[in-house]
Amino acid sequence: MVTIQISQDYDRFRQIVKGRVRRDLRKYLKSNELIGRQGGQVISIPITDIELPRFQYGENQGGVGAGEGEEGDVIGLGELEGPNGAGDQPGDHILEVDFTIEELAQILAEELELPRIQPRGSKNIEGESDNYSVVRNVGIEVLKHRKRTFREALKRQLAGGEYSLQRPLIVPIKKDKRYLSDRTELKPENNAVIFYIQDVSGSMTDDLKMVTRQATFWIDIWIQSHYKNVDRRYIAHDSQAFLVDQDQFYRMRTSGGTAISSAYQLAIKMLEERFSPEEYNVYFFQFSDGDNYDHDSQRCVKHLKETLLPAANLFCYGQVGKSSSSDRFIDVLEEEFPERDNLIFTFIRDDEEILPALKAFLGKGK
Amino acid sequence: MIEKLPTELKRCKYRVHAVAREYGLRFPEIIYEVLDYEAMNRVAAYAGFPQRYPHWSFGMQYDQHAKSYRYGLSRIYEMVVNSRPVYAYLLKCNNLVDQKLVMAHVCGHGDFFGENLWFGRTDRKALDTFANHGSAVQKYIDQHGAAEVEKFLDICLSLQQLVDIHSQFIRRKPNGNRNGGQSEESGPESVRKLPVERHYMDSFLNPREHVEAQRKELEKKKRERELLKIPESPERDVLLFLIEHAPLENWQRDILGMIRQESYYYLPQAQTKIMNEGWASFWHSKILTGSDKGNAYVQPAPDPVLEAAEVVDYADHCSGTLAMGRRLNPYKLGLAIWRDLEERWNRGQFGKEWEECDDFQEKSHWDRKLGQGRQKIFEVRRIYNDVQFIDEFFTPEISQHLKLFAYRYERSSNTYKITSRAYDEIKRKLLFSLTNYGSPVVEVENANFKNRGELFLRHVLHEGVDLDLKKAAATLEYFHWLWKRPVYLVTVVKEEEIALKFDGTHHQIPAAKLASIQ
Repeated sequence: MVTIQISQDYDRFRQIVKGRVRRDLRKYLKSNELIGRQGGQVISIPITDIELPRFQYGENQGGVGAGEGEEGDVIGLGELEGPNGAGDQPGDHILEVDFTIEELAQILAEELELPRIQPRGSKNIEGESDNYSVVRNVGIEVLKHRKRTFREALKRQLAGGEYSLQRPLIVPIKKDKRYLSDRTELKPENNAVIFYIQDVSGSMTDDLKMVTRQATFWIDIWIQSHYKNVDRRYIAHDSQAFLVDQDQFYRMRTSGGTAISSAYQLAIKMLEERFSPEEYNVYFFQFSDGDNYDHDSQRCVKHLKETLLPAANLFCYGQVGKSSSSDRFIDVLEEEFPERDNLIFTFIRDDEEILPALKAFLGKGK
Repeated sequence: MIEKLPTELKRCKYRVHAVAREYGLRFPEIIYEVLDYEAMNRVAAYAGFPQRYPHWSFGMQYDQHAKSYRYGLSRIYEMVVNSRPVYAYLLKCNNLVDQKLVMAHVCGHGDFFGENLWFGRTDRKALDTFANHGSAVQKYIDQHGAAEVEKFLDICLSLQQLVDIHSQFIRRKPNGNRNGGQSEESGPESVRKLPVERHYMDSFLNPREHVEAQRKELEKKKRERELLKIPESPERDVLLFLIEHAPLENWQRDILGMIRQESYYYLPQAQTKIMNEGWASFWHSKILTGSDKGNAYVQPAPDPVLEAAEVVDYADHCSGTLAMGRRLNPYKLGLAIWRDLEERWNRGQFGKEWEECDDFQEKSHWDRKLGQGRQKIFEVRRIYNDVQFIDEFFTPEISQHLKLFAYRYERSSNTYKITSRAYDEIKRKLLFSLTNYGSPVVEVENANFKNRGELFLRHVLHEGVDLDLKKAAATLEYFHWLWKRPVYLVTVVKEEEIALKFDGTHHQIPAAKLASIQ
């Protein structure tokens, strides 16, 4: 009884919190609350005002606690972990609810009306998987296939005239025994690699990097929900490109100039060495303020045309910040690629524009 | 779900119960059910009741229990339901020592439920009652749709604490129907006639003119009553008031009545949390370790339930449940007071002489060898609730021993800070958090405010702690949904009376001073 009821009530609760996340998606997109809340396959999201309102005391209530500490010592932070008072008062707490990547991706898809990604057919690598699906006549006892063994024994006894209907006794001998055996099968698996490329030169302020960070968080969730294995590579560049880890990627700051082509070259090198486009679905997400030397931009165009675009499922470029007349990388792309299939670029001027940018990037179903 | 109690546990049960009874605990039959943690989380979501009305908030409870179990933050050791017989749940994966401990603990609760006066009026068939509520709500869902009923339940649950904590024992209105759920409107008062045995005598004994005159008189009285203020005096049982006066449909009135009934069922538990948990902990430790052996005062001192070898496990468990952290642990506070109480009455550390003695040396060796401890704690268990218990028996020594402090929230730094370790301040805060089981007292003052049928609520007994205005405004919206006319709430903020108002579309922002709306 309880089992049925709890699953109903639990489903309804999940439905409600998903609705809240969807309603507040814009808020979550803008704030950095969710970043760093991912642990493995779940993301813990703080949901506010899910609890029913009631007449209750406000913040000047205070209470009684226990333990060490002098007068004036801080014992906890507001909102998130107010210690409860005596009695039955749950403090004004924010509920943390775990969501799987798939659930979040679904919410994102519903809100942005995203089509599912169609992996490129020929890019599937063969994954190995072992199956006990073959029967052999040697093997170990625990894997003995009884039915087949007795069938063999019956066949032998019938052929030799040893079987009698009056006394239907079947005794398998060694050569009747059949065993299960494993066979390695090759199954197609979809693997993907995401290259995140970010300009970390002096002109990229922390605010702009934060915008990048929000966008990549959601991009990651979306792509991750479609592929079994997702590799990520973070390329930070000024006039040179560096392969860095995720943490450095968002923090790094250099004072150098800008040469986007350096990052492209590094990506091309990695495609050649490790991530063959034959085997991987390749994604590029590039963020920059668009301030690049013209001659370097021409080099970039060449790389894009010759190598990157043919290799990629999707190449997205987001020009962050308020672009000035010198920030014209996006204009170069506009001029050079009047016809484009898997190249998408857009402005992300501030955090309000993350949502439309995500829609532009991911809305093609690639 | 129900499994038979394994023989081993049954043996524990008999042993533990026998010892508990020998100590003088009086509890009804206790039925234990063994559940795995998954089932435990499920049952805990419904507070131990196998069947209740469907609502997502139970799903939320479950989500939180399951999550904290998964992360190893906490698990539910015991759960006990106040009913006859008492139902208690044991966690399957616990070891035998833990099971004995839970059983001993449950005996304490069983005794408290049965013997404490504040539980005197609780529904002992709550399991059935709650299950009936479940099927009734299910029926309404079938009739009116899940969304409609859920919306209404949300409203009811948001207001569920607005009951009158004393009304179980006081009759505030003559002939008031306090049972909730069945507040059927009684028919119009009819004229009293003399009884007649033969119908042809009727016109003779009750002449038409007289009857007519009386009927007019009654009607006049009724109209006069209607002109009077409703309610006559401020009504603290807000839920009852709404049941009786809000323009609700019958099914809504029925559901509101059920929620009110469940609120009253839980009320004594909220009013005696510290005592009840302390009492159960006090007894489980006595029952398991036989700590009375060698205590001259205590007459029945049965053998402990635990073997010597099990005591380490027991100690390990206790260090878990009684750990303090930074939060006030009601188990520990209650236990400390009960122990202190028994000790003091054993040694005669009470009364005028003791109070007036200010010689520390003499006080620390004070022993009049009275041995009244056991008698005293049973007496206190009978007639006290948390407020009285803390008020009378919470001492500076206990406060110091448990390292209690008072804290408050500081907005500027968004932190909670320790404000004081002074006994008076701590006691004041404790008592405040227990008064009206920690909820603000809100009364219906006038249901016909400005003679326009508007509902006027007042937050009374303001003691310097202001309401959370955001939450209060949201709650007012729910009131409006029920009342369908503008609603007001008067409260005090920063020592100034203000009124919140919601008229169905707008909140009055900022909240106006009281004088300006009258």
